Amino acid sequence: MSSTNLSDLPLGHTARVKAFHHTDATDQRLMVMGLIPGVDVRKVRVAPLGDPIAVEFDGRCVSLRRKEATGVLLESA
Amino acid sequence: MTRSPDQSKRSFRIFTRLLLTDDPTLSCVSTTHTHSTAHDSGESTCIALVGNPNIGKTTLFNLLTGMRQRVGNYPGVTVSKKVGTLQLSEDTADLIDLPGTYSLAATSLDERIVVDVLSGHVPGLKQPDLVVCLADATNLTRTLFLPAQVAELGLPMMVVLNQWDLAQKQGLSIDLELLENRLGVPVVPCVATKKQSSDDVARAIERALGSPSTLTPITWPATVKEAAEGLRQSMPAALSQSLHEAEIHRILFDANSALTERLDWAEESRRAAVQEARDKIQQSGYNPMAAEALLQYDHINRLTEDVVNRTGEIPQGQSESIDRLLVHRGWGLAIFAAIMYVVFLSVYTWAGPMMDGIEWGKGMLQDWISPLLSGTPMLQSLVVDAAIEGVGAFLVFLPQILILFFFISLLEDTGYMARAAFLMDKMFSWCGLNGKSFVPLLSSYACAVPGIMATRTIEDPKARLATILVAPLMSCSARLPVYVLLIGAFIEPRHGPFVASLTLFGMHFVGLAVALPLVLLFNKFLLKTRPQPFVLEMPRYHVPRLGDVLWRMWESGVEFVKRAGTIIFAITIIIWALLYFPRPAAVEEAVRQTVAAEQARPLDEILTDEEAAEALEKRVASAYLEQSWMGRMGRGVQPLFAHAGFDWRITVGVLASFPAREVIISTLGVIYSLGGEVDEESHSLQDALTNSHWRDGPFIGQPVFTIPVVLGIMLFFALCSQCGATLAIIKKEASLGWAVFSFTYMTLLAWGAAVLCFQIGSMLS
Repeated sequence: MSSTNLSDLPLGHTARVKAFHHTDATDQRLMVMGLIPGVDVRKVRVAPLGDPIAVEFDGRCVSLRRKEATGVLLESA
Repeated sequence: MTRSPDQSKRSFRIFTRLLLTDDPTLSCVSTTHTHSTAHDSGESTCIALVGNPNIGKTTLFNLLTGMRQRVGNYPGVTVSKKVGTLQLSEDTADLIDLPGTYSLAATSLDERIVVDVLSGHVPGLKQPDLVVCLADATNLTRTLFLPAQVAELGLPMMVVLNQWDLAQKQGLSIDLELLENRLGVPVVPCVATKKQSSDDVARAIERALGSPSTLTPITWPATVKEAAEGLRQSMPAALSQSLHEAEIHRILFDANSALTERLDWAEESRRAAVQEARDKIQQSGYNPMAAEALLQYDHINRLTEDVVNRTGEIPQGQSESIDRLLVHRGWGLAIFAAIMYVVFLSVYTWAGPMMDGIEWGKGMLQDWISPLLSGTPMLQSLVVDAAIEGVGAFLVFLPQILILFFFISLLEDTGYMARAAFLMDKMFSWCGLNGKSFVPLLSSYACAVPGIMATRTIEDPKARLATILVAPLMSCSARLPVYVLLIGAFIEPRHGPFVASLTLFGMHFVGLAVALPLVLLFNKFLLKTRPQPFVLEMPRYHVPRLGDVLWRMWESGVEFVKRAGTIIFAITIIIWALLYFPRPAAVEEAVRQTVAAEQARPLDEILTDEEAAEALEKRVASAYLEQSWMGRMGRGVQPLFAHAGFDWRITVGVLASFPAREVIISTLGVIYSLGGEVDEESHSLQDALTNSHWRDGPFIGQPVFTIPVVLGIMLFFALCSQCGATLAIIKKEASLGWAVFSFTYMTLLAWGAAVLCFQIGSMLS
């Protein structure tokens, strides 16, 4: 089973958060904002230059860089 | 810990309050010395306002306190401290607006201040008597995270649910009574833009002060309790006594805690102890780095179960459809460029008439005062050329600051700033800045002073400092006169308008070209601040409140005048003194004799001939300048600038332009006996420069202003830090050390570029 991460999630798609790769300060910030395992997250936008990306969960829209988004592991659909 | 009787009394008051609420963590609460504000005798009530960023906290704070706000700094740090006076029915209370934060997991100093204030660890500030937590009614669970963490401190609390109207519009119904029962503290619905709402909040605050209650904190699993206790055991005894349970949890859970910076605990032993405690949690099956968020959300979900009911579908957000346009690949960038163009244009040009007005007023005042003091020339010069000039020197920045902060306030309050940062981030992330650096750097093209003030919008302290350090390299409007003078005199006549405009463009680009690589170097070797996650919430779009916008403009203006104004004034006075003294009368006499001899007519005749008398006066001014301390300093350091082909006149011009770059024009005017009234388009000054020849040294007889020298001077002014106001604002926004550093690196950079340009240019020709 191939593991997917938030950076690779196609634009407009929704997936469920499985785990965090390292759980560093950035991941902790995302978790505090509500992006915890079990939550559905949707990639809503990609910046014109390809990075960062914007994701939506629980009615909150948050932008993060791809490098950090790769650490957010998703459950395969 | 030892306490003064005074402190103990107050501690006792808090103690009794907490006792009523049966708080188990009381023994750990440390109350530091209480700072008494001007209007009270130390008994004033202190209320802290906390909440997520973009939650309407500032609006509520402004409505609660009105104009009764004081801005200062927390002791020893550059985080600004906003305190307002809240009018209660019989008494007043201090309301502290704490920096917006998502959690107590502080990664930056701003966020740490929240923990410091709430735990009573800010010297001179007592622990709050009440914490007002702002949450969002449309996103109750997520915004209760911070209040749930604050609850661990055991302070009296209340919760304000903002966006109440929007929640109702979205079909959300919140069972307030149930929520109050579960949380154990008052919950007040609020629409922060309405005065009526803030009055309700004020009354609720009063009630909460009268009968304080604490928010039900999470019950940690035994393994977390044991790990925290173990951590407490292994820390130095003094520290262990002063830290609250909640602070120990911060050390235990947070990956990158800024709190550790204030702990008196050797890093190595701390790391080992923290690791051991985390291992303990790990062994019982929790991921120690994720445990807090998961457990807290679990706790919050239980507290809010059945509290929120949604009737009907989740409506498609308005923000979503606006974003489809504003953050679009094509349209989004075009709209961004248009908005930034308007911002830049208004700071660059709209401020013009107001700045002219200030200059005009200054001129009127000088013309009016000058004759009154003509009997005492030194006093006249001190008042007219130093004091009034000095006041004008900082007032002239106000129009640009006010206009820029008008736009910044609009951009932030509408929610567009986060989108702008999203669009631009990629351009800056490679060197360690982020998308939020764009607006300050763009504004610096008009003037670095408002530009540096605008860096306050950058949350990441490291990116903020790096932006402050390179912002003065952007080619501001004060450099333009220097370019216009030199290009007009030397480039355009010889090489035509195309090369002239290319040079002008190049000069505007050179600062930016070196700035970003410099940031990369600074970040690698100099800035040791902890890295910040670039996770940015894109807030809902909303219509800004005019009162907030005006207040922000007012605040930035007042702060600039209060904090930077005095320094700019002082610099003007010092430079004036260096240019005025020692002023021996013999200098004037010598010039008079020389002129009389040159013109072969008696001095009296010259003095009655209006034109000749004026020319004489200008030569005297020139001679005085050459004789002044500044003139001597210029001659003293000239050998250093000789490597760039600068003669003593240019060198004096460079030194005298320390208060502001454009001053070199009038200084050169005085040096070339043309008077200080010349401007960059003045043909007499251009001619004087063209005809200036070396009077001594290796180039004797040759023109001073060759193309390599001219380009060198322009490069020097493009990169140098000759701007007292910029240094004053860097001192205010960062520190004196960073102001000195900026001056040093920019001067070295500018000098190096000028020397390189001259040496290579001379080799080629």
